[in-house]
Amino acid sequence: MKRGSGMKRGRAAGRSGTGPAETGLTDTSRPVIRLVSVTKTYGTGDATVHALRGVSLDVVTRDYVAIMGASGSGKSTLMNIIGCLDIPTEGRFFIDDIDSAVLDERQLALVRNRKIGFVFQSFNLIPRMSAQENVALPLSYSGVKTAERKRRSEAALALVGLQDRMRHNPSQLSGGQQQRVAVARALVTTPSLILADEPTGNLDTMASRDLMHVFDQLNAAGRTVVLITHERDVASHAKRVIHVQDGMIVADDRRTDPLDLPPMLRRPAAGQPMVSG
Amino acid sequence: MSPGQVLRFALAGLASNKLRSALTCLGILIGVGSVILLVAVGNGSSQAIQASLNQLGTNSLTVLHEASGSFLAAGSASGAQSTQDLTLTDAQDLSQASGVESASPVVSTSQSLTYGGNSATTSIEGTYPSYFQASDSPIASGRYLSNSDVTSARKVLVIGATTATDLFGTGNPVGQNVDVAGVPFTVIGVLKAKGSSGLQSADTTAIAPLTTVQEALTGYGSLNDILVEAQTPALVNSVESEITAILDKAEDVTSSTQANFEILNQSQLLTASTSTSHTFTVLLGAVAAISLLVGGIGITNIMLVTVTERTREIGIRKAIGAPPGVILAQFLAEATLLSLIGGALGVIGGLIGTRFTIVGVKPVAVPASIALAFGVSLLIGLFFGGYPANRAANMRPVEALRYE
Repeated sequence: MKRGSGMKRGRAAGRSGTGPAETGLTDTSRPVIRLVSVTKTYGTGDATVHALRGVSLDVVTRDYVAIMGASGSGKSTLMNIIGCLDIPTEGRFFIDDIDSAVLDERQLALVRNRKIGFVFQSFNLIPRMSAQENVALPLSYSGVKTAERKRRSEAALALVGLQDRMRHNPSQLSGGQQQRVAVARALVTTPSLILADEPTGNLDTMASRDLMHVFDQLNAAGRTVVLITHERDVASHAKRVIHVQDGMIVADDRRTDPLDLPPMLRRPAAGQPMVSG
Repeated sequence: MSPGQVLRFALAGLASNKLRSALTCLGILIGVGSVILLVAVGNGSSQAIQASLNQLGTNSLTVLHEASGSFLAAGSASGAQSTQDLTLTDAQDLSQASGVESASPVVSTSQSLTYGGNSATTSIEGTYPSYFQASDSPIASGRYLSNSDVTSARKVLVIGATTATDLFGTGNPVGQNVDVAGVPFTVIGVLKAKGSSGLQSADTTAIAPLTTVQEALTGYGSLNDILVEAQTPALVNSVESEITAILDKAEDVTSSTQANFEILNQSQLLTASTSTSHTFTVLLGAVAAISLLVGGIGITNIMLVTVTERTREIGIRKAIGAPPGVILAQFLAEATLLSLIGGALGVIGGLIGTRFTIVGVKPVAVPASIALAFGVSLLIGLFFGGYPANRAANMRPVEALRYE
């Protein structure tokens, strides 16, 4: 198979197939991501580190997955592979049926841009750029025109409740607000998957609760979310909790059906208005 | 991603540290500016030398009596039986030679000219009317010396432009009487201004009939020199050897070591000084080019710092989907913008600098040096920015994101 053809087929499938974010009602069995016996080793000889020792995992559309593990368990490596920031040493990784092993750097960048929305522990906004410019950044890498970038970035910021903070620089925003800007940036390209690495790690309890509510509502609106965390509270928002230890999956706990509302939104206490989108 | 967007990112990057960007630009500015200015200075000085040599006339040869030109020669020649002087007969012989347009005998003496309360010290050349053409000295007003002035030994003077203003201010000198060592002379003409030759002003002079100067000022001694004009510039070299033959014969010289005259050939002087000033220009240009190179290394240095400093930003951009090519383009554009802005300001600075006189030289900008310096500054941006930009483009996103 030629390198380019895999990409094209994958993108065509994403477009012609039922867009998971739009309907989310059909073809729920089709995995957004699929890991097949993935291993990852660093270094050679005696210094070899086995970060992942054969991980197989499918995540379906509309699912809400929390990956838990202590530091050094391999969960960061797993997140890098799922985020197409790194490729497996052995085994295969598919995102929307695209095999990451056949992609070069440029194509990996394209997949990250179109298929994945990242939310990092340390926010990772670009300083000296306003909230709106930060949110619009992924769109400029995918060649969206200026007017359309503005419209979509404003819509994404409104979705996370920051419509009146669009001109602010990251340094003028609180931690919780910065992380919501990061969430807006992650969802502005309507990716197949929102991937969050310890999103509440740098936030206080209040801000954490607000942020998790945003994730709950995004999932309720049809987005597929994968969270990496070591906090039990955060994991309790997910429909499925996976435990990683020593580079292997040691527990896989399905709590709610992927098509149902996320657990926290089914409680009567959660009375905040629904996010639409 | 559009080039406009890349440019916008690059400008934002430069604006994020304005002082550093400005200082880096300054390095290129100084480099480009000094290339343009120093090449202009070299060019200006070579043009000045050429112009002053052209004033003397490229057709002309000056025959000097060696004893009068060289102190050492006079000392060593004293033992010889006779060191014959340049005489009017020599001048006559030379004017008969083939290829010679004219031969003007010259006696010169330094005298003080006074008119009213003003005085000016000049060299007075006593000569024939042919001197004006041979030395390329046209008059601005009045008339030239005539043959009858010479034969009648009239006390008339043609004075240089500076001498004229020194004595008469803005008034008209023609027809006025000036005092030369107590002898009244009538001014009959004023020479056109030639400008400073850099060595000595050609405008501080006075020309009188040979006979008058000998009669009134110097006495009937030997000539100081004979100014020989060839018919065409191409004949100058053959005329020179002919002069040597005639004078050797006249003075009964058998070997060249005994010759007691020397011949100054203007075209040889011109060639020699042209190549000297060319070397001068190349040297100045080389010094300036080195400073441009140093400016370029400054760009590499600053871009490396910038890339390191913004490692995390590069990681973020890559994570959200910037392909390596776009990152490369962004940092290359930053480096090229730095050198282009510096280069453009350098061109402006260099051109402003050429409006001033520098160490007595009026710089003359060379258009090719402007184009070259500007073009080189653009290439410097691409070349010296290439390594840091490539480093940014090839960063692994995982490691870049982890960078603190």
